Amino acid sequence: MRETRPIKAANCCDNLVTLGVSGPFVAPYLTASSLQHSLLITTITHRRPRMSRRHIAALAYAALILAAAACTSSEEDDTAATSASRSGSVDLTGAGATFPYPLYSKWFSDYATATGVRINYQSIGSGGGIRQLSEGTVDFGATDGPMTDEELGKAKGGAILHFPTVLGAVAVAYNLPGFQGELRLSGPVVADIFLGNIKKWNDPRIAALNPGVSLPSSDILVVHRSDGSGTTYVFSDYLSAVSPAWARGPGRGKDVAWPTGLGGKGNEGVAGQIKQIPGAIGYVELAYANQNNLPVAAIQNAAGAFIKPSIAAVTAAAAGVAAQLPPDTDYRISIVNSPGAEAYPISSFTWLLLYRQQTDSVKARKLKDFLRWALREGEKQAAALDYAPLPAAMADRLVQRLDSIRIAPAGG
Amino acid sequence: MTGAATGDRLYQLAVTGFALVIPGLLALIAIAIGVAAWPAFSTAGLSFITSSEWNVQAGKFGAAPAIYGTLVSSFIALALATPLAVGVAIFLSEIAPKWLRQPVAFLVDLLAAIPSVVYGLWGIFFLVPMLRDHVVPFLRDTLHLGGTPLFSGPAYGPSMLAAGVILAIMALPYISAVTREVLLAVPRSQRDAALALGATKWEMIRDAVVPYARSGIIGGVILGLGRALGETMAVTMVIGNRPEISASLLAPGYTMASLIANEFTEATSDLHLSALMAVGAVLFVVTLIVNGIARWLVWRVASGPRA
Repeated sequence: MRETRPIKAANCCDNLVTLGVSGPFVAPYLTASSLQHSLLITTITHRRPRMSRRHIAALAYAALILAAAACTSSEEDDTAATSASRSGSVDLTGAGATFPYPLYSKWFSDYATATGVRINYQSIGSGGGIRQLSEGTVDFGATDGPMTDEELGKAKGGAILHFPTVLGAVAVAYNLPGFQGELRLSGPVVADIFLGNIKKWNDPRIAALNPGVSLPSSDILVVHRSDGSGTTYVFSDYLSAVSPAWARGPGRGKDVAWPTGLGGKGNEGVAGQIKQIPGAIGYVELAYANQNNLPVAAIQNAAGAFIKPSIAAVTAAAAGVAAQLPPDTDYRISIVNSPGAEAYPISSFTWLLLYRQQTDSVKARKLKDFLRWALREGEKQAAALDYAPLPAAMADRLVQRLDSIRIAPAGG
Repeated sequence: MTGAATGDRLYQLAVTGFALVIPGLLALIAIAIGVAAWPAFSTAGLSFITSSEWNVQAGKFGAAPAIYGTLVSSFIALALATPLAVGVAIFLSEIAPKWLRQPVAFLVDLLAAIPSVVYGLWGIFFLVPMLRDHVVPFLRDTLHLGGTPLFSGPAYGPSMLAAGVILAIMALPYISAVTREVLLAVPRSQRDAALALGATKWEMIRDAVVPYARSGIIGGVILGLGRALGETMAVTMVIGNRPEISASLLAPGYTMASLIANEFTEATSDLHLSALMAVGAVLFVVTLIVNGIARWLVWRVASGPRA
C-alpha cells in the first residue's frame, strides 16, 4: 500500500495538470499567496509534454514538503507542550511589548542560568500582550502603555497589577541637510508641527527657540507610526499634556488619527523614512535614533530647560514623579512632562502585567521570585542595553508591593 | 477486476473530497470574517465604506481611503505591468533566439520568488528616492504634467505612485509567465497560415497569434491583479500609510491590506478589532467582484469571434 501511493499521487497530479492546462482560463481562479503562485505558474502553464513530468515531480515534491512541514510542526508543538508540563522545561509564559524585549530576553536567560526557572516570552506587541493576559493564555503580560479601565474590566482573571520595570524615551528625530548644531523645540511647537500648523522649518516659532541659528525655508514633513504602538502612546500622551489643541484633537492612544504626514511601519520604518526624506521630522525610541545616527531635538521640559534624551535624563523624569506618588498608587502613571530640571519630558515606564489573584501557587511563587530578582538584580543591566533603570526608591517600593499578590487555595 | 474498481472508487472519493474542501474553506473564511466584522458594520453602517474618517480614539471607522487606495494602486500596477509583461512574453515566445529564451524567462520568473519585504526594502532605499529625485521632475518639467491634478502637490517620495510601480514589478512575472505559455500554445498552423497569406512577422503576431491567445492573456492579467490587490508588506513600506483620498498620485495613500497589517497587533478594543475584520471582509468582497468581472471578461472574449 505504502509503496504504491507515490505512483497514484503522480497519476492524480498528471490528471490535474492536464485539466488545468486544457484551457488558459485557469488563471482567474488562482489568486492565492505568492509562493503557491510561483509553483502553480511553472507547473500548470507548461504544455509541452516533455516538460510535464519534471513539473509533476516538482508539484508532488512541494506537496510532500508541505505535508512534512505540517506534520513536524504539529509534532513539535505536541512534544513541547507535553515536555513542558512533564519536566517543567518552560515554567512561565509571557507576551507583550516589543520595546523592552532585548532587555527582557537577557533577564530571562540570566535568570534561567541563575535559578533554572525558564521563562518563555513572545514579543508580539503591547496590545497582543494585553489580549493574551486578559484571555488567561499567558502567565504575565507586558505593555508600553498602561491598560485602560475598559481593558482592565475585560480581563477574565480579575484585577491586574502594573509593575513598572524600566524606562524608555521617545526621541524627536529630524533630517535637515546642512543644519549643524542642536535643534531646540518646545512641547507646544512639537504639537503644532504634528498638528500641521507649523509647516516650514524657518517658522518664527521654531526660530525663536533657536536664536542665532539659520534654519532652511523648506517644508516640514511629519513622519509618524502607521502601526499601533506603545511609542505612539507615549508621544501622543506627551503632546496631550503640553497642548490643549492636541488633547482636544487627536488625543492619546496607540493609534491616533494623525492630522498630517506619512506613516512608517515600526520604529525602523519611521527611522528609515526620516533618513530618506530631507526636511522630515518624526518620533522614534531613543535606541533607534542612536542606532541610525539620527540627530535628535532637545525638548524644553516643564522646568524650562532644553534636554536631549539620555538614560540619566529619563531616570530623572521618573524620580521627579516617583517622589510624589501616593502610597496606594496602581502605577498606571504617566511621567511625560515631568517636573525636575534634568528631566527629559517624553519618557515613560514600561510595565509587566500580572493578575493580583493567582490560581497556580507554584507559578505564582516563581513569578514573584522573578520580579524580585528583576527589580533588584535586573535593573543593574538596564543601562548597558540603553534602558533607563527605575529610581532606587521606587524599585524598593515595588519589591514590597509583590506581597500584595494573592495565591488562591490549591485546586482553584 | 474488483481491485481496480475499488481503486477507481477510492480515487474518485479522494479527489471529490479534495475538491470540496476548497469551497468549504472559502465558506468558513467568509462566515468567520463576516461574524467578526458584524459589530463594526452595524455601528458604522454604510459610512464604513463611504467615510474617510478613520479615528480609533473616537471609535469612528471609515475605510473609503483604504478601499480607494487598494483599487488605484492595483490599477496603476496593471496599467504599467500589462504592456511590459505582454511585450516580454511576445519577445520570448516569438522573437527571441533560442539560446536567450530560457535564461530570460527564468530571470523574469525569478521576480516572483523575491519575498515582498525585500521588494519593500528596495522600494524604500532605491525606488522611492529615484521616483522623487528623477521621475517626478521628469514628469513635471519635461512632460509638463505638473499642472494636472494627477501629478500636483508636494512629492515626498512614499506615494500611491511608488506603490503602483512596486506592485507592477511584482505582478509582472505572473502576467508574463501565463502570457508566454499561452502564446506558445497557439498552434503552428495559425502562424503558418498568416505567413502564407503574406503577413510580416509583426502582422502575424498582431493578427494571428495574440488574438488567438487573448482570453489567456486576460487570465494572466487577472492573476497579476489578484497579486496586486492582496499585497501587503511591500506596499505598506512605500505607500506612506495616510488614510486620505487625494487626486494626486504623488500623495501618500493607504490600502486595505496595509491597514490591517498596521493596526491588528495593537488593536485591543472590540470595535477596533471588528473594524479591521470588516476591512478584511470588504477586501474579500472586492477581490471576489474583481474576479467575477475578470471571468466575465474572459468568457466574453473567448466566445467572441476569433481571428
